[in-house]
Amino acid sequence: MDHLDKLENNSIYIIREAYNQFQKVASLWSIGKDSTTLLHLIRKAFLGEVPFPVVHIDTSYKFKEIYKFRDEYTKKWNLKLIVHRNEEAIANGMGPNKAKLECCTQLKTNALKDAINKYGFRALYLGIRRDEHGIRAKERVFSPRDEDFEWDYKNQPPELWDQYKSKAKEEEHLRVHPLLGWTELDIWEYIKREEIPVVGLYFAKNGKRFRSIGCQPCVSPVESNADTLDKIIQELKETDVSERSGRAQDKESDYMMQKLRALGYM
Amino acid sequence: MDGKIEFAFIMDHLREEREQGITIDTAHTFFHTEKRAYIIIDAPGHVEFVKNMLTGASQAEAALLIVDANEGVGKQTRRHANLVSMLGLTQIIVVINKMDIVNYEEIYFNRLKEEVHKFLNSVNLDPDFYIPISALKGDNVARHSENMKWYKSMTVLESLDSLVNEVPPEDKGLIFPIQDVYKISGKRIAVGRIEAGTLYSGMEVRILPGGGRTTVKSIEKFNESTDNAVAGESIGVMTNDPVFLERGNVLCSEEKELAIDDKISSSLIWLSKKAFTKGEKIGLRLATQETKVDISEIKERIDSSSLKILEKNASSIDNLEIGEVEIKTKKPLVFTKFNAVKEMGRFVLVRGNDVVAGGIIT
Repeated sequence: MDHLDKLENNSIYIIREAYNQFQKVASLWSIGKDSTTLLHLIRKAFLGEVPFPVVHIDTSYKFKEIYKFRDEYTKKWNLKLIVHRNEEAIANGMGPNKAKLECCTQLKTNALKDAINKYGFRALYLGIRRDEHGIRAKERVFSPRDEDFEWDYKNQPPELWDQYKSKAKEEEHLRVHPLLGWTELDIWEYIKREEIPVVGLYFAKNGKRFRSIGCQPCVSPVESNADTLDKIIQELKETDVSERSGRAQDKESDYMMQKLRALGYM
Repeated sequence: MDGKIEFAFIMDHLREEREQGITIDTAHTFFHTEKRAYIIIDAPGHVEFVKNMLTGASQAEAALLIVDANEGVGKQTRRHANLVSMLGLTQIIVVINKMDIVNYEEIYFNRLKEEVHKFLNSVNLDPDFYIPISALKGDNVARHSENMKWYKSMTVLESLDSLVNEVPPEDKGLIFPIQDVYKISGKRIAVGRIEAGTLYSGMEVRILPGGGRTTVKSIEKFNESTDNAVAGESIGVMTNDPVFLERGNVLCSEEKELAIDDKISSSLIWLSKKAFTKGEKIGLRLATQETKVDISEIKERIDSSSLKILEKNASSIDNLEIGEVEIKTKKPLVFTKFNAVKEMGRFVLVRGNDVVAGGIIT
């Protein structure tokens, strides 16, 4: 069994464990490479079908390629897609030209809160990884959020072996992180091996590509000539530029991610 | 900081950690050498955060024990070593840090090495390496130190590369705990991860704890057709007869490796500020099995740092204490001793929704 097999088998174990414990679950799909890889693993865990809804929190500021990809694969993979937007905030003109923390909180965190309340999900699968950001490096595989949606990072439950925190109380939900132990390079090597489709923005055009995708105004591409999977994998083996260097959230202030995540950000 | 990066600043990302100069929760950082990829799990040393340290250590294949050349074996070092021993980690590297403060002198290293060695042996740990380093100055971390020419053995990186990866026990009898049963287009498929041995189509298996028998009809994986699967694989299984299978059942081969009993002896560490008092009913989870239990006897209550017996025949176990206990389970449990197949010899205790103790079967 090689490195990718081990990661895959563990992720499938976690995915099945959470579904067994919580039943009323959903997977968050940002249409990026990580949550798309997660969806692929979910399809594997349930032998081809996704037995629960897939939720896209839409800020309305996403790239058009993202929307196109979403609709194409929703059909192909027969997904029960829920698109949820904070329509009120969007109508009131909330956008990244206002304060970034406020925009992320309203259009992502609050929209997510609202979706959880509306559909009554008890656990959510998320494709976050520990190597993405120092704050995410602190996460548990099953991570509780309280009734105010907050992450109590100073008092996380112990997680021994593969025994995770169980049965959330009614007023809280759990975040389930099957990809926590994967690196960016693992993801790309797995995408290549499994032939998982990804949005075209990740591949270089005119000397630039996106390492991380999201809302169009808040991510910028990195210098790169990697226009194939092999070239991306090679680039990642050599680069010392961080994955999220094109992300505005990470630049605002040292602790912006901590603040966002404590409030319930993904 | 004259151009140097404080390691703690890379691992400690919470504002509270940076401001107070302590690690609160484990962080994972990734690197690779030519030989393999590594994940460093930085485990907090502070006594308040032992549950976080255990969370980190329970995922590890090897431990790097860092001892301060200036301070020697402290209370927390002892506690961590005891827990590492209890978790069954056998690959240990001891790093004697801050050698720059003691002028890189061999005599300090030797003295401390002897002290640490004696202590670790007493808790059944036998480190593979003792390495004098200065993490701050980089001595013997990635490169051999010019300041300690008397030290001829491996650097930290070299010692890491000499460790071996844990492999799932493929050569033992089959142990396949069932995680869930799916009904997919009219088929009933039992899913789970093989914890030991090999499973193949046509194989005759026993179903524990009931003891029934059945034959494996097929192994189910998405877009993949295979006739056998090995330890570590998450698979689905269909059986020939319409037997009733449910979460917590264990499929196994004829080998007599698994015990079935409603009594187990165990060492456990209590991880909740609210102590355990005899008489309290709590839950036990082992692999995919779950049952209510009664801790019928607390033979010894032990300090997890000094390993001093605090009380015999105790009636309670407090936070961070080790208990040598007898457990009576409500439903019969399928298990092995921890040193046989560790996946089937370790468990957690659950109070309400929370994991409050980790234990091994002795």
